[in-house]
Amino acid sequence: MSKSAVDVPPMGGFNFDLCRRNDMLAKKGVNPPSFRKTGTTIVGIVFQDGIILGADTRATEGPIVCDKNCEKIHYMAPNIYCCGAGTAADTEAVTDMVSSQLQLHRYHTGRESRVITALTLLKKHLFNYQGYVSAALVLGGVDCTGPHLHTIYPHGSTDTLPFATMGSGSLAAMAIFESKYREGLNRDEGIKLVCEAICSGVFNDLGSGSNVDVCVITKGHKEYLRNHMLPNPRTYISSRGYTFPKKTEVLITKITPLKDKEVVIEGGDAMEE
Amino acid sequence: MATTMVKENNAGPAQLLGPESASERTLYPYVTGTSVVALKYKDGILMAADMAASYGSTLRYKSVERMKSIGKHSLLGASGEISDFQEILRYLDELILYDNMWDDGNSLGPKEVHSYLTRVMYNRRNKFNPLWNSLVLGGVKNGQKYLGMVSMIGVNFEDNHVATGFGNHLARPILRDEWHENLSFEDGVKLLEKCMRVLLYRDRSAINKLQIAKITEEGVTISQPYALKTFWGFSAFQNPTVGAEGSW
Repeated sequence: MSKSAVDVPPMGGFNFDLCRRNDMLAKKGVNPPSFRKTGTTIVGIVFQDGIILGADTRATEGPIVCDKNCEKIHYMAPNIYCCGAGTAADTEAVTDMVSSQLQLHRYHTGRESRVITALTLLKKHLFNYQGYVSAALVLGGVDCTGPHLHTIYPHGSTDTLPFATMGSGSLAAMAIFESKYREGLNRDEGIKLVCEAICSGVFNDLGSGSNVDVCVITKGHKEYLRNHMLPNPRTYISSRGYTFPKKTEVLITKITPLKDKEVVIEGGDAMEE
Repeated sequence: MATTMVKENNAGPAQLLGPESASERTLYPYVTGTSVVALKYKDGILMAADMAASYGSTLRYKSVERMKSIGKHSLLGASGEISDFQEILRYLDELILYDNMWDDGNSLGPKEVHSYLTRVMYNRRNKFNPLWNSLVLGGVKNGQKYLGMVSMIGVNFEDNHVATGFGNHLARPILRDEWHENLSFEDGVKLLEKCMRVLLYRDRSAINKLQIAKITEEGVTISQPYALKTFWGFSAFQNPTVGAEGSW
């Protein structure tokens, strides 16, 4: 085993040096801290005028809900939005990064961004990191070539679909789409179908919950309906409100007098010198 | 060969599982059937299952009846290992035979058969030698409808609609939304077909050849195998790379 003294220039991408140590630690029972995931239901459909995207709003850290009302529909361009499932940090970072790359591209070319541009940038980045950037995305938008809806998997593969679902609640939402989707839906029918699919995920999947966000994108116009539906309101609030006393509460007062000290003079000399 | 109700696992040393001894317990399933979906309707129970049995990722058998009638009042559907399903049918055959031999005018109803199956599955699981199945038991006795499920570890419950395997994820949301009391026969069949169609699209081990079984006070009817209509004509499927020649 020759130890060459040549310095290799630092390479891009991931540095896998610590993987063996992590494996060894995991075998000894020391697990890495769990990261915040968006156990999720995200969906998208193509309707007659464009694209409708939908998402739930629950973010989980293992078994705990850490954010009851997070935003999973991310802005990419004025005419392109992207829903993200998987590790929350990864989806945020990757969509922010591609969003700024698209903006620079818009300045450079002077034209509206195309959905396939966003698709290619995301796909290239995710493939480069071989699935370690755990972001599963539903990308939708309307550009000069028409409406487009794509799904992107963490390893970098993509699909072009008329209706798409991702996340832990994807099977529940897909069941709704496969039975009820048809081409040429109008705006209200489309929003209703997307809400039904997200609600199916919210109520049938433990990783999804809280509210429904919807985003409607048409040619030249977009509508971001944050918290379009709130199917999980907080109902059991005491009408009397809660009052807290300003100091430590005195519950009972009980006085127990201590016995007086009795001096007993024993028989004999009182004091012996 | 004496048939006893409780089968003894007469492999002494193998149970301790030394490094060289062969294992006589079921470790993984080999020939498996996919989901079964069932629901209660006005007159009884409707159950649907396709006719496929896969050997790993090969679709090996395409005419397997995964639903069988048990006695006069029950209908059993199974997903999972087919050989274990056949073993369960033998156990139930014996049970029904002994019941008939009493000749007392009473016959085992679905609740009793379900209870028996639960005990069998749970006891096998406790011996670390499970029958690798998820069973759906439905029936009608004296006007009372009953629909229950037992899993391979002995989890059992009774409900208005059940599904096994992939049906849990794909069919349950649809059933929860659209099932209601007193469905007519046509509505029940339509609802089951909706669920089976989604399973056909999205479960890789499903095939387009299914049977629907109905059990009412009068008895059991299992339909002939038939196929569902599917739709593949979405414009995005015809031309996915419109606007982006060369991409996918």
